Amino acid sequence: MTPTSFVTDQNKLPGWNRPPHVEPDGEGELLEIAMGPHHPSTHGVFRMDVALDGERVIRLKPVFGYLHRNHEKIGENSSYLASMPFTDRLDYMCPLTNNWAYAIAVEKLTGQEVPERAQYLRVILGELTRVVNHASAIGFLIQEMGASGTPLMYAFKEREKILDLFESLTGARMMVNYMRFGGCRVDATPTWLASVRKVLDGLPQFSDEFENLLRGNEILMARTQGVGILRPELAVNAGITGPMLRASGVNYDIRKVDSYGIYDRFKFRVPLGDHGDIYDRFMIRLLEMRESFGIIDQALKDIPGGPVMDPKAKIRGFRPKPGEAYGRIEAPKGELGFYLISDGSPNPYRYRIRPPSLINLTVLEDMCLGANVADVVLIFGSVDIVLGEVDR
Amino acid sequence: MKTVEEIKAAIEQAVPGAGVEIIPNPSVCGQHSLRLSPQTATAVATFLRDDADLSLDFLSNATGVDWPDKEVSEKIKVTRTVTKVVDGVETTAEETVEETVKRVVPGCLEAVYHLFSVAKKHGPVIIRMKTQNRSDQVRLPSLTPIWRSAEFQEREIFDLYGIVFTGHPDLRRLLMWDEFEDHPMRRDYVEPDDFEYEPTAHDEVLKRAEAQRAKLQGASA
Repeated sequence: MTPTSFVTDQNKLPGWNRPPHVEPDGEGELLEIAMGPHHPSTHGVFRMDVALDGERVIRLKPVFGYLHRNHEKIGENSSYLASMPFTDRLDYMCPLTNNWAYAIAVEKLTGQEVPERAQYLRVILGELTRVVNHASAIGFLIQEMGASGTPLMYAFKEREKILDLFESLTGARMMVNYMRFGGCRVDATPTWLASVRKVLDGLPQFSDEFENLLRGNEILMARTQGVGILRPELAVNAGITGPMLRASGVNYDIRKVDSYGIYDRFKFRVPLGDHGDIYDRFMIRLLEMRESFGIIDQALKDIPGGPVMDPKAKIRGFRPKPGEAYGRIEAPKGELGFYLISDGSPNPYRYRIRPPSLINLTVLEDMCLGANVADVVLIFGSVDIVLGEVDR
Repeated sequence: MKTVEEIKAAIEQAVPGAGVEIIPNPSVCGQHSLRLSPQTATAVATFLRDDADLSLDFLSNATGVDWPDKEVSEKIKVTRTVTKVVDGVETTAEETVEETVKRVVPGCLEAVYHLFSVAKKHGPVIIRMKTQNRSDQVRLPSLTPIWRSAEFQEREIFDLYGIVFTGHPDLRRLLMWDEFEDHPMRRDYVEPDDFEYEPTAHDEVLKRAEAQRAKLQGASA
C-alpha cells in the first residue's frame, strides 16, 4: 500500500460526517487490505484500500486507473464521427445511451435537427438499454450475495433477447455504433418493430418474477435493508445522479428536467426511495424498468414514418463552427454528459465525458464506514458502475 | 432561470469586487459562461450555491482545458515616412503599408465547471477560472469544499492537466500512477518512447533505445 493512500483531510469535505462508531477502539491492530484490482465483486479492475478494525471498515480509499486509456485524448485526435464507435466502449453495458449523449452534445453544438422517427427510435433503444442495465445490475446484486450464477443468468436471459434486437437493427450486440449527428444510421423495419413488441410483451412477467425473487428472499432482505445509507443532502452535494440519487428521495430525473429528445410526450413516473439504502437502490431500478416498459409501449404506438437522418446533415467534412456545448442525458447509471469545444477544425478541441460511474463513487467511503467488510461488496455493487466509464 | 448578465449583476452585488467576466459562446446552444477571478472564486461559488434564487446545489461536470501559447499573425496598417528621389530631388512622403505582425498570446490552463440546480431544476450555469501560465503559476482555488462532486474531478484535472487546486483535501493523481510525471491531456504532451519494453531491440529501435539510454544516463549524472 502506498504511503499516500490515506492522506485525506476529511474534515474539509462537505457533508463529511464520520459516524462515531467507526473510530477504532484502540484494542488490537488495524488490518489494511487491498480489495482488488482482481476481485470478483469489482465488475472489472478496481481497487479499494480498506482499513479494518475486526470486521468493521474504518477507512476506504478507491484507487482508479487500471483501465485508463485516455479516451478523451483519442477523441481530440480523431474526427467527431470517429469518436462515435468509441463511445460504445465507455459503459459497455449500455452503448446506445452513450451514443445518444454524444449525439445530443454535437447537435447542441451545431444546431442540427433530428427527424421525428429517429427521435422515437432513440427513445425505444434508450429505454431498452435501461432495461438491460437495470436487470443485469439486480442480477449482479444477487450474485454478489453468494447466489453464484443462476439468478444472474435469469437476468441475462432477458438481456439476451434485447441484445438480439440490437443485433438485428445495428449489426452488433454491444458495439452498436448506431446513432449519428442528426439522426440514426439505419431505419428500423416493421418486422423489427413487431419483434420489439413481442419482447416487450414478455418483460412485465419477467420483472414480476424477478421482484418475487428479490423480495421473497430472507437473506437478501436482511443484508440490504438499512445498509449503505446515503443521505439526500450529501447525495446532491456530491453530484450523485441516477437511481442512486432517487433512492435517497431526491426527485431529479433529467428525462423530466430537460425533457431532451421527445421525453415530454411520454407519460411516466419517477420512482423515489425513502431510506437510501441498498434495498431502495435496487427496488428503484426495478420500478424504473417498469416505467421503461410503458415508455417503449407508447413509443411503439406513436412512431411515425419518414426519414431517420436529417437530409441536410453532413457526414463528410463535418466541421462545427467555433463554440462549445454541454449535452447530457439520463443514462441508466446517472447523468452522462459530453462537453465539447470546437475551434472550427474537423477534430474537437476539447472532448470531455462526464462519467456517472466515477462521480457516483465519490460517496463510496461515506456509505461503507462502519459497515462489515462483507457489506462493502454489496454497497459497491449497488452503486452500479462499469469500469470502462470510470477510467475511460 | 436568470441570464448570465443577471447572474453577473447578482454576483457583483453580493461579492463586491468579484471581477466576473462574461465569456460569450458563439455556438447555437448559447451556453455562455462566467469567468471568475481566482481570488474571489470561493466566495462567488458559495454565493451561487446558497443564493435562494439560483441555489446551484449540484456541480455536474468539472474539467480542464489547455490553451497553449498561440502565435497570432495580424495584418496592421503602418504609416511611415519614406524618402524618395524623384528627378534628382529628395522628397519625403507619407506612405501606408500593410505589415504582418506576429504576436504570441500567452497560454493558460482553464478549469470549467457546469452547475445545475436540483432544487429549482434549472441550469447550466458555467463558471471558469484560468491560471496565469502553464508552467509555474498553475494554482487555482479548489471548489471541493463547496461541492463535494468536484473531489474526484479536480483530482483528474490535476492529474491530466497539472492544475494545482489549493484547499483540495486529497490532491493526488487519479488515473495515472503516482510516479508518473507529465500531464497527458496537455496539447503539447509527447508520449514517452516505450521501446525498452521490446524484448529484442534491433535496427531502428535499437538506435532509439541507445539514444534514450544515453539521455537517461546524462540526466542522472
